[in-house]
Parts: sequence; C-alpha cells; structure tokens
Amino acid sequence: MSTRERSPLGREHPIAPFERRLLSITACERLGAYLVLEAHDPGGHRPAAGQFAMLAAAERWGAGEDDRPYLARAFSYARWHAGVAHFLLEDVGPGTHRLSELRKGDGLWLLGPLGRGFSKPGQGRRALLVGGGVGIAPLAIWQDELSAAGEQATVLLGFRDRSHAEGAALLEDALLASDDGSVGHHGLVTDLLSAELTRNPHATVYGCGPPAMLEAVRSLCATLGVPAQLALEAGMACGFGACFGCVVPARNGYLRVCVDGPVVDAEQLERVSQSTGAPL
Amino acid sequence: MSIDFCGIALRHPILNGSGTFDAIAARRAFGEALDEEFPFAAFVSKTITLTPRAGNPPPRLWEAQAGLVNSIGLPNKGLEHYMTEDLPELARLPVPLITNVMGSSAEEIAELLHACDTREEIAAVELNVSCPNVRTGLDIGADPAALERVLVEVRPALDKPLIVKLTPNCADVAECALAAEAGGADAVSLINTLRALALAPSANHAASPRPEPHLWLGGGSGGLSGAAVRPVALAQVAAVARRVSIPVIGMGGVSTATHAHDLLAAGASLVAVGTESFRDPRAASRIARELYASDLPG
Repeated sequence: MSTRERSPLGREHPIAPFERRLLSITACERLGAYLVLEAHDPGGHRPAAGQFAMLAAAERWGAGEDDRPYLARAFSYARWHAGVAHFLLEDVGPGTHRLSELRKGDGLWLLGPLGRGFSKPGQGRRALLVGGGVGIAPLAIWQDELSAAGEQATVLLGFRDRSHAEGAALLEDALLASDDGSVGHHGLVTDLLSAELTRNPHATVYGCGPPAMLEAVRSLCATLGVPAQLALEAGMACGFGACFGCVVPARNGYLRVCVDGPVVDAEQLERVSQSTGAPL
Repeated sequence: MSIDFCGIALRHPILNGSGTFDAIAARRAFGEALDEEFPFAAFVSKTITLTPRAGNPPPRLWEAQAGLVNSIGLPNKGLEHYMTEDLPELARLPVPLITNVMGSSAEEIAELLHACDTREEIAAVELNVSCPNVRTGLDIGADPAALERVLVEVRPALDKPLIVKLTPNCADVAECALAAEAGGADAVSLINTLRALALAPSANHAASPRPEPHLWLGGGSGGLSGAAVRPVALAQVAAVARRVSIPVIGMGGVSTATHAHDLLAAGASLVAVGTESFRDPRAASRIARELYASDLPG
C-alpha cells in the first residue's frame, strides 16, 4: 500500500490515513499573541514540513450557538515531537476562537497530514527561512527537519508588534523585524531578506506569511534569480481536493492549495494572489 | 445485500453529490485506502462540460451559519480530457460510476450523452440542468416546458439510465420533476444548492448606514449547501416523490443516518452526501453503516 506521494518539487510526502481521528489535547500554551495547541496523535505519523491538517473541536463545532464554526480549519503542522502534533494559532475568527478555548483533555478532530511540503535546498545552497505572523508555523518544523539532517538554516521573521513577536520562540536563532519597531528591525522582514540575499544570494528561500509578504518574497527572489518555495494559505472547506474552493491563480490556471500545495515553487506563480485568505 | 437502482446494483443507498468529492484528488491525499474503503455505493463525477472551464475567480467559499456558500463555477478540463485521462482512473473505483454532464443547448447535451454512451466504464449519466439556456438565459431546469423539450430531443442519444439533477431555484420543483419524467428521465436527483449571496465583511457598520454591497465571492453569487438546507431538501424531495413514479435521489444537508432516513421516508430511493464529506471524508461510510445498524427501512 502506498503511503507516500512525490511532489513536483522532488520531495516524497507521507499521505494521510483515510479517516479523521479523534485526538486528545495535551497542552494549550499561550505564546504572546498566539496559542500553541498540542494533541497526541497515536494513529498518525510524522508529517513533512509544510504539510497541514484540518482541525475541528470535537464539541460545539457546527451545532448550537450560532452554528459557526461549521467547517474544519486548515493549520500547518508547527512541530511533531514524539507522536504529539503542535499547531500555532491566533484567535481571529469563530474557528480559531473555538480552538483557542480547548484545554487539556478536550477532543480534537484531525485529518492529516495533507498536502505537499517543503523540499531540500538545491546543491550547495543554504536554506533561508522567511516568515510573517502566524505563517512562521511550517518554518519551525522545517527548521527541525533541516537541523536533524545537519543543515543550518538562516531564519528571518516579521511580526506586527512585541506580543506577536513572542511567537519567534518556536524557532531558533531568528533575526526579527517588527512593524512598530518594538522588536528587531523597524520595518519589513523582506528588508532583512533583501540584505541577506545581497550579502550571499546562494540560497533557497522558504516563505510563509501574509499574501503581501509572500508576493514581496516572490518578486525579490525572481529578480535575483533565487529559487523560492512558498507555503500558501487559502480558505478551504475540505483539505483533500474535493471542494475546489481553495484555488489560487498560477501560470497554468488555478492551483488547488490543498492538493497542489500548500508549498509551491514560486516560479509557478505570476504573482501571489492577495484575495484568497477567506475569513473562515 | 444489494439495492437495484435503474438496473445498477448498489451495496447501500448512499452516494456522493456531484462536485463534492474528487476521487482522483482523494486518491492522492489518502492513497489506496480510498479504494479499499470507498465510502459511496456509486461515484458521481463532478460536472463535465464539452469544453474546459477554469471555474470562477477566488474567493470561492463563504462559511454561513451551519452551511457553506460556494461559487466554484464548475471547473473541469472538458469532455475529451475526462474521457481519456479521468475515466481510466475512475474506473479503478470499486463502485459503479455515474458521470454528471452539463450543456447549454440540446446539441451540446446530446453530444455529451452520446460520448458517455460509448464508454462501458459509465453506468449512468446525471444531467445538470442548472445551466442557463444560451438563447434565453434562463436555467433550463427551472422551466418545465423547456426542460421537457430538451430532454425529448436529447434522450435518444443515451441508452443508459439518465438521471436529471433538478434545480431548487424554480417556482415548483415537482412540476420540473414531472417534466423530466415526461422527457424520458429514469430518475431525478435533488436538491442542488440554493442560490445565495455573501457580502464582504464590513469593518464599520455605523460609519455607513446605507453601504454599497461589496460581493465577497469572485463569481458574484453562489449556492448554499450543508446542514442549513436540510429542511428545504426534505420539503422538495417529499413534493417530488409524491408526484413522480421514477426513483428519486435525495440530498441536502445530510450528516447522519437519521437525516438519510428522513429523506428515504420522504420518498427518496437513494441519498447523497455532499458538504458533510468536506467535514469528514468518510461520513458516507458512517451514515450507511448506521442506517443498517438501526431498524430503519432502506
């Protein structure tokens, strides 16, 4: 039975068991403006960095109150440690609000790991990880994977303010930027990226963050001829290619972020779409 | 145990709604387990059109109260790609295959039906009539007289069973179902999504008491599905089943065996699961199992 799929980026990814699993929350820790949700997943397996899971609370999800949230929500794996999956979330809507109420022992539905993750840097290139906001999550597990393989990554992270910047604790040795100047460089994380690439362009860039940041990363890398892999986000109803709802425009028509991504080669995109982050 | 539906043997009465499950993508996501534990008694393809369609620009989704508004726009790679690339993949599924097609004229529909008739992998065809007529701009399926005319014209192109997927966005769905029966349909399926709209969130309601509407969905309007539509589905299925003598496939907001049983009790012969599969890809297996575990008929 095949349990792996090869992506166009050359990486084999584990594929999800064909059932959503009822997990137990093992921890829900505050990290500045964020929460780190941890759930024991004995029936699951280690995801590839960049893969995601569809999450829903086992109770009070789609029945009662005002009947939102209804659909499961997609979250990148932020870490996988000893059978425990870690997810980073920020309470910004009905889905993340309900998930942020979960406490140790509460039930969590999980379907995953889904989608295609990051692939190793090209020959001799260093890994340059660029994250913004909650988009730092897949870069944390990617840093774990790279360092387990003996490769050191350069990490650049951007946040809105000091409380969001506390999320940087998920990664090691990160260089920070903040919109309000309260932490690190006062400005955009792409300023840091530009400086890094000017210093040494022999890198593969891995980006995840808000659409405007990803477009700046894509554009900069395209100009300098630096390969980049972008982890995209889009509102999705299912996570496994059924609903056709999570599309983004690419050079060869629409891509489904769930099955053709979430990690795509930046060259597949004319530009990063600014309109797909549905308020789910 | 087996159910006879228009001469097709089915293991249980639960199908997928067209466009709510992509078996080829699901095989990529879940591997061979998909075929080993396929949830549906027959697989209904997404809508296939004569020529490729890119679908609507994003955003395509809006979560409503216990429901989902979608504006996908029937993306597909066209009839030729479906026949040469998709059919061999779909034929590997362990269940009969129903191909859903849509055309904007009788000529187009006849061509689609004829193409399906020539392929033994296809057990039956479902015709999506929620499509504007190219000449009148009205949905073919919303006008009983037009629907019957088109079906009479295209029906000879297909020897296999023909299911007509009715639109709920009409004055009297039972009249449309009768027209489908008179036009040669072997079964009808309903409900399709209810026409719906989603407006982009407004940051400040107080600042503009009479704001300009700003459409959220890239395609403009969309269709509502999910738990929210279930009472409407029940009413329409009951209204249709009372009037026609052909089998009815009921769907709309089914997420439990009780919901499926309700539609069967209302006169449906089979039940389809749609949006619930987004929430749980094996929901149909669970529903079929629970349906048989109880003393419910069907």
